[in-house]
Amino acid sequence: MSLEGKTALVTGATRGIGKAIARALAEQGVEVVGTATSAEGAESITAALKEAGLNGYGIVMNVADPDSIEAGLKAVTEKSGAPLILVNNAGITRDNLLMRLKDDDWTSVLETNLSSVYRTSKAVLRGMAKARWGRIINISSVVAGMGNPGQGNYCAAKAGVEGFTRSLAKEMSNRGITANCVAPGFIDTDMTRKLDDKQREAMLEVIPAGRLGEPEEVAAVVAFLASEPAAYVTGETIHVNGGMYMG
Amino acid sequence: MSTVEERVKKIVCEQLGVKESEVQNSSSFVEDLGADSLDTVELVMALEEEFETEIPDEEAEKLASVQDAIDYIVAHT
Repeated sequence: MSLEGKTALVTGATRGIGKAIARALAEQGVEVVGTATSAEGAESITAALKEAGLNGYGIVMNVADPDSIEAGLKAVTEKSGAPLILVNNAGITRDNLLMRLKDDDWTSVLETNLSSVYRTSKAVLRGMAKARWGRIINISSVVAGMGNPGQGNYCAAKAGVEGFTRSLAKEMSNRGITANCVAPGFIDTDMTRKLDDKQREAMLEVIPAGRLGEPEEVAAVVAFLASEPAAYVTGETIHVNGGMYMG
Repeated sequence: MSTVEERVKKIVCEQLGVKESEVQNSSSFVEDLGADSLDTVELVMALEEEFETEIPDEEAEKLASVQDAIDYIVAHT
């Protein structure tokens, strides 16, 4: 079974890692539906894929809103068929030391980064179970394993995603559905560009590879996990971090 | 048009991968037809689609046999 003709849903595909994943999957012959939080974002996804001569388009979906997920998936299924590949990539940060962290910082990061994964996964499972084939790939983070000051909410959400993924993998293995995580380290995206020079320098000191990763280096691992030969890999977290943390 | 009984049995065969001759009205999905918990969830979903109805979780849990499913469908569609 090749990936040709299958539909993939990639959340948060406007920029950075999500954009690279959308492209990498589309290059495997998958029709990629990328989600964005705004109409402009969705249009930019469509335009980026079109420009590269690839099959796919963008839609507006807010992964923190259950109704928006339901409506988005319905539209995708009608237009392109049930997605058999799901990449949960959308995520936000609201960093602060715990002593200063607000309830809203905690709740919104948990909702957007963890509850969304539960909701989208649940929504695609029926189609995958029917097809006896599915790939769920959740983008975690190196900090899920190693912790990071000022990111209690983000670390909790990402570690939660990894635990959820292992449970899901056990539940659905005998239906040909795999669930895995990819945990990027410091990747050159808008999220890491927010850091100042001092923070950047400190970061590079702990990366044996001596550089930031590229979004395409994360996307390549996602494309592998989505592929047919990856069928026996499930419940796993693959680190892509230049050696800074080896779980 | 097939009867409810025939349609339910057809779905049970498809979902659980059993032969029609093995399926009696009294057959228990788990004990007689070898369904696991995920099979029973999928079976309920397939019944919902076939009969265009929604079976609430608390009702779905009570559907243990082929006859239970037939009775439920007859009463609710």
